Amino acid sequence: MGGSLLFLYVALAALGPWVAPYGENEQDLLGVLAPASQEHWLGTDQIGRDLLSRLVVGTRFTLTAAVVSVTLAALLGAMLGLAAGYFGGRVDTVLTGLADLLLTVPNLILAIAIASVIGAGMSGLIAATTAGFVAPLARLIRSRVLEVRQEDYVQAAVAVGVPDARILARHVLPHATTTLVIEVSLLAGQAVLLGSALGFLGLGVRPPAPEWGTMLSGGREFLEVAPHLVVAPGVAISLLVFAFNTFGDGLRDWLDPRHPR
Amino acid sequence: MVPGDEATLMAGATASQSDIDLLRTRLGLDRPMVEQYATRLAGLARGDFGYSSTFRGNPLPHVLARLPATLVLMAAAITLTVLLGLPAGMVAAVRHNGWPDYLLSLLVVGLLAIPNFWLGLMLIVALSVERGWLPSFGFTGWASLVMPTLALAARLVALVARMTRGVMLDELAKDYVRTARAKGLAARAVVGRHVLRNALIPTVTVIGLQTGYLLGGSVVVERLFAWPGVGDLMINAVGARDYTLVQTITILFVAGFLLINLLVDVLYVLINPRLRRA
Repeated sequence: MGGSLLFLYVALAALGPWVAPYGENEQDLLGVLAPASQEHWLGTDQIGRDLLSRLVVGTRFTLTAAVVSVTLAALLGAMLGLAAGYFGGRVDTVLTGLADLLLTVPNLILAIAIASVIGAGMSGLIAATTAGFVAPLARLIRSRVLEVRQEDYVQAAVAVGVPDARILARHVLPHATTTLVIEVSLLAGQAVLLGSALGFLGLGVRPPAPEWGTMLSGGREFLEVAPHLVVAPGVAISLLVFAFNTFGDGLRDWLDPRHPR
Repeated sequence: MVPGDEATLMAGATASQSDIDLLRTRLGLDRPMVEQYATRLAGLARGDFGYSSTFRGNPLPHVLARLPATLVLMAAAITLTVLLGLPAGMVAAVRHNGWPDYLLSLLVVGLLAIPNFWLGLMLIVALSVERGWLPSFGFTGWASLVMPTLALAARLVALVARMTRGVMLDELAKDYVRTARAKGLAARAVVGRHVLRNALIPTVTVIGLQTGYLLGGSVVVERLFAWPGVGDLMINAVGARDYTLVQTITILFVAGFLLINLLVDVLYVLINPRLRRA
């Protein structure tokens, strides 16, 4: 169920402008703040733009930001976690210390601080969402690496002089990939929530772009006259988070036999 | 790190070069990076958080003045979490596979997917705009607290309920429950006296793990409801490019994070006597 819903979102993100009934910035100045109707299925916003079209086109912002940031976080987290767990010693001490330091800053606070420095926009949004996920992922990978570090097959590979990079790629990393994939799909839902919260706070993608969180904060002013403006984007966000969450849970049940239920 | 020279930004568009230079000297921005950093750290140790353009001076007292509102909101959210999440999880576990159990699973999945600011917006539409039951803006009495608390606590309620249900199910299957039942203790007494004590531990765990959410979520919720707390101030600071203020609040949040985690560790020991010797 999560999978098919995700597929729908991906399709909308890819086909956005072609399936949307109107252009995302096309205005119907005679029908401003109109409720749902035959022409505009979800109504129009304060300057007469079709809400459905904006939602459809906006899918790509939210989805891209979420997927790119968890992928980046997974790559960085895997590299740091592998290095810390495999090399141990001073490398481990420094990296673990850094991770612990990062973990004391609440995710959204870190994201706000980063977004305020980089400035609003897609790259700021991605950097801000990525930052908070690196440390927990690195810690997770490190603990998986420590489990296999002392195994005979890894020790044997070290003994016969296999290069570190090759040992990590061929013998250590595969042990951690399942955990990583599950964790990343669960984090993707968090990334959507975090990204849309930044958009809502005015720190995400700049306003004319139809990002869902930004649309919600824009619609806040018109709550009395046009509550439909804040209903639809919220439903779009919630369903996407729900899709990622159930997909991640399903993946875990399927791939991880040790997990109960 | 910060784009644009702070002194140029602060002096404004009409300032002359000599004004900018004067400001730069006064702020110490002409000193080497390392010296600036050292001065800053020394200042922090004395409670001097630097020059905030919003307050034209040390922002710390102004930030602290806003702290009570944030603390009230968080305390209310945690209280609601315990009052709703714990019983909900217990009922679901006792009625395992009955309708309360299914209803709870459904609610948990829903509440975990809904962003807190959207839940807040929907509450405003339903309770404020349509019916005018509750104030939706600022602090105008204790009724103002209701919607922000609900919006902030929803996720925590869901997590605590799910966790409590899981642990209760494990505990209910254990031998001591069968023994207690066998000696004739009523089901209610078994749950209340024996199982609950064990089920409290994960509640504390969840709240501890979600400290980050609680702090970050408070920023969003405060912004939405114009709640006069620290989080709302932080977003104002970002808008005004007052990085000293942003930094001060970030430091405060980190301190709060560490403090709550410490409290959670202490609570653990209070609830779970098995940890006392460790």
